[in-house]
Amino acid sequence: MSAIIQHLIDAVSLGGIYALAALGIGLIFGIMGLINFAHGNFFMIGAYVIFLMSGRPVLIVAATTLVVVILLALSSDRFVFRPLRGAGGPTLLIASFGLAYLLENIILMIFGGRPKAVDFGHGLVESVTIGSVRISQLDIFTIATTAVLLTGLTLFLRKTRYGTEMRAAASDFRMARLLGIRANRVVATAFAVSGVLAAAVSFLLVAQTGAVIPGMGLIPVLFAFVATIMGGLGSLPGAALAGFILGFGSVGLQIVLPHDLVPYRDAFLFTLVVIIYALFPGGLMSGLRRQGGERV
Amino acid sequence: MTYASNIENPRTSIQYLAGQVSPAVSLILILLIISLVSSLFGTDLIQLAVIEMLVMVVVVVGLYMFIGNSGIVSFGHPVFMLLGAYCTAWLTLPVPFKQMNLPGLPLFLAGHQYNVFLAAIISGGFASVFAGVTGIVLMRLSGLAASMAMFCVLVVVHMVYANWDAVTLGLSSIVGLTTYVNVWVAFGWAAVAITVAYIYQSSRLGLALRATREDEVAAEASGIHIMRQRMVAFVLSAFFVGVGGALYGHYLGAISVSTFYITITFITLAMLVIGGMRSLCGAVMGTIVVSVFVELLRELENGINLGGIALTIPTYSQELGLALLMILILVFRPKGMMGDKELQWPLGIGMKRRLRIRERVEE
Repeated sequence: MSAIIQHLIDAVSLGGIYALAALGIGLIFGIMGLINFAHGNFFMIGAYVIFLMSGRPVLIVAATTLVVVILLALSSDRFVFRPLRGAGGPTLLIASFGLAYLLENIILMIFGGRPKAVDFGHGLVESVTIGSVRISQLDIFTIATTAVLLTGLTLFLRKTRYGTEMRAAASDFRMARLLGIRANRVVATAFAVSGVLAAAVSFLLVAQTGAVIPGMGLIPVLFAFVATIMGGLGSLPGAALAGFILGFGSVGLQIVLPHDLVPYRDAFLFTLVVIIYALFPGGLMSGLRRQGGERV
Repeated sequence: MTYASNIENPRTSIQYLAGQVSPAVSLILILLIISLVSSLFGTDLIQLAVIEMLVMVVVVVGLYMFIGNSGIVSFGHPVFMLLGAYCTAWLTLPVPFKQMNLPGLPLFLAGHQYNVFLAAIISGGFASVFAGVTGIVLMRLSGLAASMAMFCVLVVVHMVYANWDAVTLGLSSIVGLTTYVNVWVAFGWAAVAITVAYIYQSSRLGLALRATREDEVAAEASGIHIMRQRMVAFVLSAFFVGVGGALYGHYLGAISVSTFYITITFITLAMLVIGGMRSLCGAVMGTIVVSVFVELLRELENGINLGGIALTIPTYSQELGLALLMILILVFRPKGMMGDKELQWPLGIGMKRRLRIRERVEE
C-alpha cells in the first residue's frame, strides 16, 4: 500500500512539472497558433540564472529568475513572433525552432556544453515520514508549487481583466480584436504568463537534477508538446490533464517495464502517444467536446 | 489548343520540352559546375566542403519531396538519415569488426560485407520501409500534430539506437566506414535526387499532393486520397534522406546517434526554409547558400589571417549565425529566397515570357 502511495506521489510530482510546461505552451498556442519550441530554452535559461545566482538568498534568486525569464519571453515575442503575426502555423513553428537553436547556442557559447552542478534545493533532500510513507521534501515542494500555480492561473484567467481578454482571444482572436481587445497586449500577456510558468519549471528541474546543461529543456518540453497536443491544442484543462497523464504513464512504465527495457521508457511513452494522436486526432478532450459537432 | 500547336510547330515543341525539363537540368548544371571547379582547382578543404554540400543536397531534396509538396513541416526526417547511416554501417563494415563489436547483428549482416553502392540503395530502402510502417499512423495526422508526431518518432528512434548497444554501440561512435564518397559519387546522387524530385512534383501524384497542400477539403472533394498521396511522398522522400544519411556516414567515416539529432534537424530545415520550401530550386539553392555561409563562419571560428591581424570569432558563432539568418529570412522573406518559383533555362526567361512566345506562334 505504502509503495503504491509513494509511486502515486512520484507520478503527481512528475506530472505537475509536465502540466506546468504544457500550460506554458498551451496558453500561447490557444491565442496565436504557435507551438513554441523555445519554451524549453526558457526553462533552460532560467536554470542557468539559478546557477549564476546560487548562494544568494532564495527570494532574490527566485525574483531574478522570474524577471529574466519573463523578459526573455516578452522579447522573443517582440523581436521574433510579432513580426510574424499573421504567418501560418508552420512558419511560426519553424521560427520558434530557430529561436530555440539560437538561445541554446548562446548558452553554449557562454557556458560551454558540460553540465554544471548547482547548489540549490539541497535542503529538500530530506524526507518526511507520514505513517509508513516517506515523502521527500522535494516532492512536496514540487506538488505545492504546481498546486499554487495551477490555482493562480485559473484565478488569473477567470477573475482578472487580462485573463478574460486572454480567454476571449483564445476562443476567437478576430472577434476579440473587433471588440476592442488589443492583440499585441494580449499576446504579450500570454508570453509573460508562460514566462512565469517556465521560471517555475526551471526551479523544479534544477531542484530535481541538481545540475544545468544546455540541452536540459528538450525532453521536458517534448513531454509538454505531447501533453498540449494530447489535450487538444488550445484546451488548457486538457493540457494540464494530459501532463498529469504523462507523469502517471512515465512512473507506471518505470514500474511495469522489465529492468532491461527501462532505458527505453520514454521511447515507449512517445510511441504510445503517437498512436493516441492517430486514434484521437483532435486531442483527448476534443472527443468529449465536439461530439456531434460540425466538421467540414 | 496549345498542345496541338506545339505538335504542328516543332520549334515550339522543343521549346516547350526545354521549358519543362529546364528547372531540373539547370540545377544539375549548377551543381556540375561547382563539382568540376572544385575538383579541378579546389584545395582538399574546399573539396570536402563541396562533398558535404552535395550530400546535403541529397538530404534536403529528399526532405523537400515531402515538405514542399505536402506542406507538412517534418521535424522527424533526420530519423531516416540515422536509419540509413547505421544500415550502411551494418552492411559495409569489415566482418571481423562486426563480429567483435556488434554481437547483436543477424548472420546475414555480421557474416558478409556488401558493396557500398548496393548498401546505399538498401539503406534508402530500409528508411522507406520504416517510413511506410510509421506512415500508417503519421499520415493520418495533419498540420502541427503531424510535425510534432514526426519529431516524437525521431526522439524514439534516437533513444532506441542510443541504448541498443549490441547493434549500434550505443552512444559511442562506429568508426571505420569506407570513405568512398568523393565529389562525383555525391554529385551523382544529388543529380538523381533532383531528377526524381522534379519528375515526382510534375507527375499526377505530385500535383495531387500539391492540391492537398493548398486546400485539403477541395482536394478531397476532387477525389484525391490525401493519406495515400502523403504516403507516396513520405516513402519516396525517406528513400533519398536515407541514402543521404548513408552517404553522410561514408563521408564522415564515423557515425554516432548524436550526429543525426537536433543539430542536423535544424540545419537541414534551415537550408530548406532559407531557400524556399515550396520550390525544388529553393531546396538546392538553400543548401548551397547555407553550406557556403556555414563554411565561412567555420573558417572564421578557426581563425583567419587578415594582413597580419589574426581574426577569430568565438565557437558556436556558426550555429548562432545560421539561426539568426533563418529567423531574419522568416521575418523578411517568409517564402524563402525562391518563393514558389523554379529556375527556367535560359535564365531569365520565366513562365510568362514563354507563354507569350507560344501565344505569338499560335497567332
